[in-house]
Amino acid sequence: MVNDKIYMDYAATTPVDPRVMEAMQPYFTERFGNSATLYSVGQEADKVLEDCRRKVAKLLGAKPSEILFTSGGTESDNLALKGVAFARGKGHIVTSKIEHHAVLHPAEWLEKRGFSVTYLPVDRYGTVSPESVEKAVREDTILVSVMHGNNEIGTLEPIEEIGKICRKKGVPFHTDAVQTVGKVPVNLKHVDLLSSSGHKLYGPKGVGIIFIREGTKIDPLLHGGGHEHGMRSGTENIAGIVGYTKALELAMKEMKTDTRKLLGYRKKLVDGLSRIPDCWLNGHPDKRLPGNVHFCFKFIEGESLILLLDQKGIEASTGSACSSKSLEPSHVLTAIGLKPEEAHGSLRLTMGRFTKEGDVDRVLEVLPGVVDRLRQISPLKK
Amino acid sequence: MALYSEIVMDHFKNPRNQGKIEDADGVGKVGNVQCGDLMWFYIKVRDGVIEDIKWETYGCAAAIAVSSIVSEMVKGKEVEEAVELTNQEILEGLGNLPTPKIHCSLLGVDALHEAIYDYLSKNKMEIPEKLEKNHERQKKILDKIGDKD
Repeated sequence: MVNDKIYMDYAATTPVDPRVMEAMQPYFTERFGNSATLYSVGQEADKVLEDCRRKVAKLLGAKPSEILFTSGGTESDNLALKGVAFARGKGHIVTSKIEHHAVLHPAEWLEKRGFSVTYLPVDRYGTVSPESVEKAVREDTILVSVMHGNNEIGTLEPIEEIGKICRKKGVPFHTDAVQTVGKVPVNLKHVDLLSSSGHKLYGPKGVGIIFIREGTKIDPLLHGGGHEHGMRSGTENIAGIVGYTKALELAMKEMKTDTRKLLGYRKKLVDGLSRIPDCWLNGHPDKRLPGNVHFCFKFIEGESLILLLDQKGIEASTGSACSSKSLEPSHVLTAIGLKPEEAHGSLRLTMGRFTKEGDVDRVLEVLPGVVDRLRQISPLKK
Repeated sequence: MALYSEIVMDHFKNPRNQGKIEDADGVGKVGNVQCGDLMWFYIKVRDGVIEDIKWETYGCAAAIAVSSIVSEMVKGKEVEEAVELTNQEILEGLGNLPTPKIHCSLLGVDALHEAIYDYLSKNKMEIPEKLEKNHERQKKILDKIGDKD
């Protein structure tokens, strides 16, 4: 990292890896071509685009024709839900209560337009049970969408089992894998649609992909020049696509070493923070993203906690209502059964490739004092 | 994300008059934990003057800064004068608050009014109408959320 701050919010976004930056650089200047043109610089762009598509497909275990480049996770999620809904015209969608807003808000929007949606509950760890999916699927179900890794509490969902059920029932299965691609193994065998974003895996912002299994009925959201097999018009963001591809290559290659390191840091953080009185870990203890630690601290409020931590040079986030524009506590924390007053005291620490052991030590050194200070001024203290 | 003024951050980082007065002459408790803010004010009154004021607050940086500046604004003032404090004055004192946080300044006025109400009623003194109204409103909020405090 370029500054001396300790960045503990890798689930929000990641810095671009210098190796990714280097790979992208030429595509802003000398290799600036439009892939739809016939002269050399354009043809070169077209070749790079298709090379990237092949590489990404191979890394994920898909066919090149099944990979579309998009502007990121939000577009991919919107395309999965609305694209399938538009192609079918009517029907029922199954999703969960802990999805990212990029899935929940399109689902709610489709509800207003005549589609019906089931929002599955989760258990206290935030896990969607495959049985609940099986029960929820109806004759008219056109799509099941359950995320792979939860962005707040880090819980990994049983997408293989859910995917198998969907396959058996003949319903396409979409998973928002924005937090997991390049972080934990992703198996596409039982998945029909998958969203991934570049800036969560040390690539640039503004680029992502959607995997769409061959034969899936889906309409485009963007109409125009017919790019991406007519599924996503708009001149391709070649530099971004090169960046996404390089980032994915590196993430896949370094997944094992990154994961081993992060699991060690995660254990150290969880063990250390658990010593603070009146706090607990949210999310599943083992089936969770390697870099995710999520705690609630009683008697204090998350926004104050984040701002005091920032004063001490630690950058993290919270699901507290006071930190959101809506003043509502996080829907994920509510779904796992936390009371609003419990959700207010939440802290998410997410680590990544550039996190060092010293950063973890520093958090463990600073956090107990900050929590204590806020408890001292709180009337709720014991 | 909404950003706070330097004055807000200063009060948040270096809160004034924070604490509790065990033998307070008046105590005001407002807010509710479900919404994420609680403000408790304690006042000590001598010869009609707020001689000391302390507070305990659970909430965001805005709630903490409001508590701090209110205590500063009314300490040493006559009770009659303190009753007139408005949330507009608090906002001006803090160099404003982001729109979603304006309610924190109202909470500051309510907490102060409740503490003064408590002092006046304990001493069987005349209670201004707006303090009565505020007290009724706070009671309703507590009844609605079933707060046991």
